[in-house]
Amino acid sequence: MSVQVVSILGAVVAVCFGAIGPALAEGRAIQAAMEAIARQPEAGPTISRSLFVGLAMIEAMAIYCLVVALVLLFANPFVK
Amino acid sequence: MISPLLEPILLRLGPVPVSGSMLTSCAITFVLGVGSFLLSRSLRAEPGKLQAIVEVIVTTILDQIEEVTRKQGRLYLPLLGTLFLFLLVANSLSLLPGLQPPTERLETVIALGLVVFVSVYYFGIRRHGLVSYLKHFFQPTPLLFPIHVLSELTRTFSLMMRLFGNIMSHGLILGVIVSVAGLLVPIPIILFGLLTGIVQAYIFTILATVYIAAAVEDHPQQVDHGHKETVGT
Repeated sequence: MSVQVVSILGAVVAVCFGAIGPALAEGRAIQAAMEAIARQPEAGPTISRSLFVGLAMIEAMAIYCLVVALVLLFANPFVK
Repeated sequence: MISPLLEPILLRLGPVPVSGSMLTSCAITFVLGVGSFLLSRSLRAEPGKLQAIVEVIVTTILDQIEEVTRKQGRLYLPLLGTLFLFLLVANSLSLLPGLQPPTERLETVIALGLVVFVSVYYFGIRRHGLVSYLKHFFQPTPLLFPIHVLSELTRTFSLMMRLFGNIMSHGLILGVIVSVAGLLVPIPIILFGLLTGIVQAYIFTILATVYIAAAVEDHPQQVDHGHKETVGT
């Protein structure tokens, strides 16, 4: 396989498997936040702010995978 | 396919290359700046419609900031409010025909990330003084110094990459969908992108607030020192 084909496959694998973990983690985080808001509605604003910040942190992992995929596709140092 | 990591240069002003995202972000800055200047020139005790709208926006942002920092929200309001409004306009800019959001280019997000990075140090040093602020890098043991440096760098990197990735990937997905089905199908995606842009503006601002709040919070050993400094300012 040439370097190009390996890079494309690498980008595909990075996005595919890199999205699984953050998806599961975001689901768990939202589930916990929903339960907390249902139990204590007056704490809603605080919980949802923490939820947003936490989701952004989790999402950063998926974004890293996207950036790795983009570097492989568009700025690959091994392809001239 | 054009690389989303590179930006085509439109024109050159002497040695300075000017790109489209730079023009649009300058235009946003100009419009927001002139608009705020004109709106704040004729403030009255009994607000008209326009002033009431602006007051609601400003007090909402101030409330959000003070919920995180718990005190002195006004000190951070100019920086964070400007960041939020700029990002809000910039992320929604794709609604205007022919314009691209400047935040989908690396240059803009790197500049915004550097602004947050520098202002965290500025507010931290201003609150604690240079030496005692830099001392927190060596807490609890000097062994953790590399970890502290690494965390400061990676959190700024992830801050800029999150904004860039979200806005730019929305543009990519929209391009793919338009090339497959051009009529009516992209409209829900555009709506979703509007929501993404607003949420990302909020998240960027709130994370910058959290970082600044963490930099200015009182360390257990330095409580008295910190309070003495703020009395003077």
